[in-house]
Amino acid sequence: MTRLSGIFLRPQVAALVAVLLMNWLLFPDFFDLTWRDGRLFGSLIDVLNRGAPVAILAIGMTAVIATKGVDLSVGAVMAIAAAVAATLVVGGQPAIVAVTAALAAGLLCGLWNGVLVTYLDMQPIVATLVLMVAGRGLAQLITEGSIVTFSDPVLIYIGTGAFLGLPMPVVIALALLLLTTLLVRRTALGLMIEAVGVNKGAARLVGIPARLLLIGAYAFAGFCAAIAGIIVAGDIRGADANNAGLWLELDAILAVVIGGTSLLGGRFSIPLSVLGAVIIQAMNTGILISGLPPEFNLMVKAGIIILILILQSPLAAEAFARRMPKRKTAPRERTMP
Amino acid sequence: MNRSLRPLLATTIIFVLAYALAVSQYPGLLSTRVLGNFLTDNAFLGIAAVGMTFVILAGGIDLSVGAVIGFTTVLIAVLVMWAGLHPLAAFAVALVVAAAFGATMGAAIAYLQVPAFIVTLAGMFLARGAASVISPDSIGIKHDFYTAVSQTYLLLPGGGRITVIGGLMVAVFVLGALLAHRTRFGSAVYALGGNPTSAALMGVPVPRTTILIYTLSSTLAGLAGAVFSLYTKAGYSLSAVGVELDAIAAVVIGGTLLTGGYGFIAGTFIGVLLQGLVQTYIVFDGSLSSWWTKIVIGGLLFMFILLQRLIFSASAPSRKALWKA
Repeated sequence: MTRLSGIFLRPQVAALVAVLLMNWLLFPDFFDLTWRDGRLFGSLIDVLNRGAPVAILAIGMTAVIATKGVDLSVGAVMAIAAAVAATLVVGGQPAIVAVTAALAAGLLCGLWNGVLVTYLDMQPIVATLVLMVAGRGLAQLITEGSIVTFSDPVLIYIGTGAFLGLPMPVVIALALLLLTTLLVRRTALGLMIEAVGVNKGAARLVGIPARLLLIGAYAFAGFCAAIAGIIVAGDIRGADANNAGLWLELDAILAVVIGGTSLLGGRFSIPLSVLGAVIIQAMNTGILISGLPPEFNLMVKAGIIILILILQSPLAAEAFARRMPKRKTAPRERTMP
Repeated sequence: MNRSLRPLLATTIIFVLAYALAVSQYPGLLSTRVLGNFLTDNAFLGIAAVGMTFVILAGGIDLSVGAVIGFTTVLIAVLVMWAGLHPLAAFAVALVVAAAFGATMGAAIAYLQVPAFIVTLAGMFLARGAASVISPDSIGIKHDFYTAVSQTYLLLPGGGRITVIGGLMVAVFVLGALLAHRTRFGSAVYALGGNPTSAALMGVPVPRTTILIYTLSSTLAGLAGAVFSLYTKAGYSLSAVGVELDAIAAVVIGGTLLTGGYGFIAGTFIGVLLQGLVQTYIVFDGSLSSWWTKIVIGGLLFMFILLQRLIFSASAPSRKALWKA
């Protein structure tokens, strides 16, 4: 459980501050904000804006990982949602219909994953692999293989507009963060999700609707992916089935892991996952403005994952706190989060 | 009949049926020429899939395969074109680097007890990143050895060609099958995938086996990279993106259980051929777009996982775990 007052003492916050300071040293204007045409401009806003799609994916991914699962299909679902929205507005439908249909498509993809995991008892990594492989094909089927471009003002506003001076993607991500955090922490929902993540069988025996929660978690991840897909489509004013959301599932998982959510299930924090997404984007921006070739980006990311893995590993936990009993985790459970 | 043979049998029947169906539509598909191309075009995927089979048999997963292939092609291109090494020496260096990389990942999984999924994800970032740091651009390879290899082949009756890389893939499959079914290491892999705790109690050296499995997988990915560089005559950091997913799909379609413990190297071979068949069919058809490949492979993947569930539902580990809880 993360109390809002305790969140400022987290290592993730220290990491973000360190990355931002590094950016500031490299680029002294980094924290400069200007107000122009009714919205804020500046590198900091840019970090938030670029990080918003991954942050939104990370919110959904957190719910899935908390149940000891993983969703590899979110990138493909983004492409599907973008394709649905773009094709509908180009076909003359109003934007509200397009957005609703895209969200419904995302929800449907998530439900499909959830049913595979819950009722067919597939390991999450495999169940979502199916949609990851086939999803991009489906998206291309919808766009008929071309990049569908549109000029619908509402969709473009979702991707590039501003509300109260903040870019729309940031506003959407913040609203989603607030709503889900309140929902899981002000009700018993979060506790029940954690119970399912720790031990599905035990959770069912104490009367938690484990299957419903599992399906719900995957459906929510699909829904979040659809939102991210619409934002990305609005940003580039088109749906590119091949490249929309490509490899973003890995960034989303990375954001969740940086946020300290356990891949073994049972412990999660949505605000910290969003913070993880912002850290990743701040790093990306930092590498870009430092003049280092963007190729170093991946290596820096890998280095950070390795560092976090070592810190999070049971070995380190034993070294830090001797009171923890030695875990005998079966490789099957270790390898299939 | 042995229950673990059933998925393999199902895969074989489906491949034969699918092939017969494709041939009935396009008789041209039934030629040694097409079969030879199956082997050549899928050589790198097949070799990587053998390594992936071992990893999945042991209940793990290796997401770094495609990135290791990409890294190896760049490393070989740089060693051959910039450092002037003979390609065979470059292959040896690349294999050693890949093996060390796999051993490191295996050690992290074995000793840090971190999920294989996330360790190999980090490995994937690292290998891709390292490849693009060495050279972000594609490097063409011009060497007499490459020309000689591409012109060496075994002529089959009917005009089909077994190229060096196609033959190499078959050899890797044969050796892989021997390693899995006829050696102590192979038994340890199956035992680990079946139940790691009992494997450890029976005296299987779990950490050592885990390290060896990931070393093997990365070495074979390195070999696949060498084959890919022979196939494309270039080194490019973004080559073979997503091959790990094709390899996992081939393993699953080949009837290996993703929870580990059950499966055959031979099944993976058929899985690779089935994917090749889908691609070739779509090329032959001409009117179907290439994205159908992805949808069909996704559909096949789903069908086979479902099939495995039905066959193994009585002994599904998660169900047992539920009752234990």
